[in-house]
Amino acid sequence: MANLLEIQNLTVEYKTRRGTARGVDNVNLNLEENKTLGLAGESGCGKSTLGRSIMRLVPYPGEVVGGKILMHLHHDVPYPKGVISKGIVNILDLNEDEIRALRGKEIAYIFQDPMTSLNPMIKVDKHFQEIMKAHDPEIEEEEIRGRAYEILDGLGISPERISDYPHQFSGGMRQRVMIGLGLALRPKLLIADEPTTSLDVIVEAQILEEIAELKELFNLTMILITHNLGVLAQTADDIAIMYTGRIMEQSPTELLFEDPLHPYAKALLESVPDVQHPEKKLSWIPGAPPDLIHPIPGCMYNPRCPHAMDICKTTIPDLITVDGGRLVACHLFRGD
Amino acid sequence: MALVEVRNVKKYFSVTKGIVESLMTREATYVRAVDGISFEIEKGEVLGLAGESGSGKTTTGRLCVRLLRPTEGEIIYNGKDIATMKGKELRRMRRRIQFTFQDPTSSLNPRLKIGDAISDALKLQGIGSADERRGRTDEILERVGLSPASSFYNRLPHQLSGGQKQRVVFGRAIILNPEFVVTDEPVAMVDVSIKAQILDLMMDLKRELDLTYLFISHDLATSRHVCDRIAIMYLGKIVEVADRDRIYEDPLHPYAVGLMNAIPIPDPKAKKAEAVPRGEIPSPINPPSGCRFHPRCPMAFEKCPNEEPELRDLGNGRQVACHLYDN
Repeated sequence: MANLLEIQNLTVEYKTRRGTARGVDNVNLNLEENKTLGLAGESGCGKSTLGRSIMRLVPYPGEVVGGKILMHLHHDVPYPKGVISKGIVNILDLNEDEIRALRGKEIAYIFQDPMTSLNPMIKVDKHFQEIMKAHDPEIEEEEIRGRAYEILDGLGISPERISDYPHQFSGGMRQRVMIGLGLALRPKLLIADEPTTSLDVIVEAQILEEIAELKELFNLTMILITHNLGVLAQTADDIAIMYTGRIMEQSPTELLFEDPLHPYAKALLESVPDVQHPEKKLSWIPGAPPDLIHPIPGCMYNPRCPHAMDICKTTIPDLITVDGGRLVACHLFRGD
Repeated sequence: MALVEVRNVKKYFSVTKGIVESLMTREATYVRAVDGISFEIEKGEVLGLAGESGSGKTTTGRLCVRLLRPTEGEIIYNGKDIATMKGKELRRMRRRIQFTFQDPTSSLNPRLKIGDAISDALKLQGIGSADERRGRTDEILERVGLSPASSFYNRLPHQLSGGQKQRVVFGRAIILNPEFVVTDEPVAMVDVSIKAQILDLMMDLKRELDLTYLFISHDLATSRHVCDRIAIMYLGKIVEVADRDRIYEDPLHPYAVGLMNAIPIPDPKAKKAEAVPRGEIPSPINPPSGCRFHPRCPMAFEKCPNEEPELRDLGNGRQVACHLYDN
């Protein structure tokens, strides 16, 4: 299968008064078409920054300082002043008009908090109109309604509710509206940033199921960003584990859970409570992640790592391929 | 005898209405956050309280420590009804019963040194001289793993990590030597890699200080690791109580079954089996008639919308409120 997205040596920096922090540090990532990639890690590991840089929406004072984000476009994308021709484009080279044409149309982003991502002053149908009109000024109201009905119906929201305000919806329903808005223009790539984190388990399970159905229906490629490894076990094809802005391991989901390679991935999995195995002794990782404004040399995990060697304190391990398709950045593995 | 016994407790919050509406209707409307629940907690036990947001878990916890006054019902603590207690008597009783809030960041005063935050409880209760309080606070800091105490006492909350803040919150809860602690979602806001650290601290304190916990959590996977028994709430009612292992392996109430099915399992090979309940939790202002779960229940039959099921004892410490288990 071809890659829909290739990220090469991406680096994002946040310039703060205290100094410069690397939110994303030299990340390489390939995303195959029609697959779901899980992006996991603790708070502050750079998973949201990475997701947002694909949309070119890194918040100030963050800035992409290097690398490429290549996206494969299957067809020409027109915009008011011209056309982005099909083929491979570097998202970071696009001008503001061009990236706006891609946002929503080719790449959609579902933000973490449905409570603050909808405009409280306008009704849900207006949200749909704004998105669709931005990309197709000539579109008829009738058609907008028709499409919005279809999408909301698929998400289990009765179409009459389209003329309600966001505050009239529950948290789960709001998140469904967000997903519906994300899919309104049939994008190829959907980036979901903690889509179920603020929701209850039952609603979470419902929404994950609906996302999986919509993924089939619309042939989506997905990046699912979450700190909850339990959610990824059920939904992702591959999982990338991030720490201090770097990718530590990227493996097919089953292999990662069965036999994690990187010591950090292993420790993280050992700390996840498993309802089916109450006898599992939960462990934790001693210490805390380093301050990214004062990064430490070598592998940033070395002070917390039980296998740390001398080389770990001096040299940053490369992300290398082992065991066929798995990627790991650790000196314990020397590659095939 | 149980340490805490909650008997038919209700808590209604009145809803403020607009002026027009209040002229039109005379009847007051209430949010029935907790609507007639009874349970017991034995000394030395960890009782888990689980359920979705809006089910009344936190309100129940707050009632147990009398941060809220019940609308109706009795809360018997050590043989004494604390539901109507007030003034000095209530304040003295508070030494024995403590509460930890969900979010450690917002429950610590950002401008108060953490040592002072912990020792304030002693000051408020009028215990010891300044020196004695300082000594006791140092002892507590060490006990919750913030060691050496001298280097932590003067820090402000923003200088601590999330896990350390949660330790301060526990320190503040145990300084008065309580016997019963209600802990509201203690690990909901911490990263997974340190979750176990906080749970271990909780269990160590329980052993060392002979504590009894009411553990409020929506995260059933975590509850399974720490609780002895679990009570499941739905819309202000307890629908099932059972021993930890039993409720996970063989839940009886259809809501409990749905809740168990919805837990994400960190194992890609464990495929989701059954469906989870449709819809969402209704408003506690106008709860459904009869069994409150009936509109979402896959097993509902004609009796369910008409008659409210009682929490019945099925033996083996197992209680369930569902018409499927009548007779």
